Amino acid sequence: MTQKITVRDALRDAMKEEMLRDETVFLMGEEVAEYNGAYKVSRGLFDQFGRDRVIDTPITEHGFAGIGVGAAMLGLRPIVEFMTFNFAMQAIDQIINSAAKTFYMSGGTINCPIVFRGPNGAPGKVAAQHSQCYASWYAHCPGLYVVAPYDAYESKALLKSAIRNNNPVIFLEHEMLYGKKFDMPDEDDLLLPLDKARIMRSGKDITICTFSVSVGYTLDAAEILAREYGIECEVINLISLRPLDKATIVESIKKTGRVLTVEEGWAVCGIGSEISAIAVEEAFDYLDAEPSRLACADVPMPYASNLEKLALPNSAKIVEIVKKLCNKK
Amino acid sequence: MRVRSTKNPKKETLVALYKQMKTFRVFEEKIAELYTKGHIGGFCHLYIGQEAVVSGITHNMMQQDSCITSYRDHSHMLAFGASMESVMAELCGRETGCSKGKGGSMHMYKRDRNFFGGNGIVGAQVSLGTGLAFAHKYKKDNGVSVVYFGDGAANQGQVYESFNMASLWELPVVYVLEDNKYAMGTSVARSTLDGSLEKRGEPFYMKTIISDGMDIIDVLEKSKEAIDYSRSESKPVLLCVNTYRYRGHSMSDPATYRTKDEVSEMKKLDPVDCLYNILVDDYGVQDSDLHEIEKDIVSQVSEAENIVLSASEPDVGSLMQDIYSF
Repeated sequence: MTQKITVRDALRDAMKEEMLRDETVFLMGEEVAEYNGAYKVSRGLFDQFGRDRVIDTPITEHGFAGIGVGAAMLGLRPIVEFMTFNFAMQAIDQIINSAAKTFYMSGGTINCPIVFRGPNGAPGKVAAQHSQCYASWYAHCPGLYVVAPYDAYESKALLKSAIRNNNPVIFLEHEMLYGKKFDMPDEDDLLLPLDKARIMRSGKDITICTFSVSVGYTLDAAEILAREYGIECEVINLISLRPLDKATIVESIKKTGRVLTVEEGWAVCGIGSEISAIAVEEAFDYLDAEPSRLACADVPMPYASNLEKLALPNSAKIVEIVKKLCNKK
Repeated sequence: MRVRSTKNPKKETLVALYKQMKTFRVFEEKIAELYTKGHIGGFCHLYIGQEAVVSGITHNMMQQDSCITSYRDHSHMLAFGASMESVMAELCGRETGCSKGKGGSMHMYKRDRNFFGGNGIVGAQVSLGTGLAFAHKYKKDNGVSVVYFGDGAANQGQVYESFNMASLWELPVVYVLEDNKYAMGTSVARSTLDGSLEKRGEPFYMKTIISDGMDIIDVLEKSKEAIDYSRSESKPVLLCVNTYRYRGHSMSDPATYRTKDEVSEMKKLDPVDCLYNILVDDYGVQDSDLHEIEKDIVSQVSEAENIVLSASEPDVGSLMQDIYSF
């Protein structure tokens, strides 16, 4: 049995189930309680769990991120919601210097089980300060897990796993996916490993590595490429950006001989750059074409619709690049 | 004799604290020597001159309480029961160090005593320590979080973000503002308009207590008041402690921003010497007993040194360990 459920509700259900399961789990962030979440992800949790476990913070990201990390060090399992990951820039010192590094610095004596979650990337027409993908920023840092789910099932199963993990987890959601409905298996206690990619579509001609909202239009592009050009794309939903699931990525590239990466972040030092390096280092002899990156144009995100569209990846751009890489006219 | 409250501490308490403070002093003088000889590298911030602060405050803490401080943390480690050997080995980058040689001077922790370091980012420990208080309240374990920060950290924004939430949520936290007069080379007079850091809790309706950090008896009394209040009322307290560091900010700082006269004037108030005099003058302790204590400490420090200098560096296989907790 499956039912259709939105990503928004899948995330809420994950938090609800984990809060019922473990009393040390609590949610804090701006507008998460009485307002039911700026994007309504935490709808109903305040009514169910009360003010001790669903906590509205002042607008003070640096401070409440630090409080979350401290609470985690003393044995709680905080879920810290950032209204968007753009605002987490205020708190990035606590995320990297405190949450990610302390286990190592303490010789493995102080761990920090905390989830930092919220929407990431470009939600459309909100301009540069609210439209950035931070995947590569966090993926750069040892000590963190960085995951980005696409559908409702992944959202729920990964968030539950993230909450149970004993390390800091960066959980990158996407506003454009919150309202999207997906099939959800009717199973108790859905969990997914934080470090495994998912092959969304098998193919023999080219590997396309992507994550989050881009999985959707990459699958659309793969459909067009198969139908109209006979090109079979293997679409890898990376899910885990730290650690990257190298085995799955490399095995696929060895099979197809070609790799394209698609992301909303900038190409420079991005997730695609890392995968290109992996392709060259670990599958060089199998490559039939140069690794290619489709990413956000190298500009702060513009506001106007036409310019924003120009800056971001989409299906049509993927189709064009894949045709070129596969020598199809 | 200094003016004190009528409730003087017991002789045994003060002798134990003398022994502890003297240990911090002798230990860190040895650390300075080891640094100069090249056995310790990087940043090394000494607590010499400030010993009464951590000694007095820790004395009033209970088993369930927690603590966090900045990078000036060696004496805190000893106060929470770490062995001299484990701290010295960490400083020397040995595998027997309390952080297995991965943290160094600024990153030492004692998890079994709820001591969370040892933080290298000025002011970050204030938010973290507020989180410890949050956890005490959440778990209803009757614990208090004791959070040390300096006059330099007092100008970081997250300190006041934390004060606000601690007051709003009524968290059991004692913020210990250790004013040692200099944030690295910048005096309080050059970093704040009127120098009155004790007013920093006022906008948050925080109870504020001022203590003379050169006088162990005053620290004992005032920190007890602060910790007891925070525990019983579940509220934050600002404990402003006036103190002084004799050495530079770190071992590499010659401290040319202050005069030798200033330092020697402050040394007349030395907390360890003052306690010595109190014990002899007011409590009838024999000089010879105190000298015996010192002799014993010197020999323990020297023994630790011998063990540490012959200890191995961390195994190369440990490089990639302790990144994730499973």
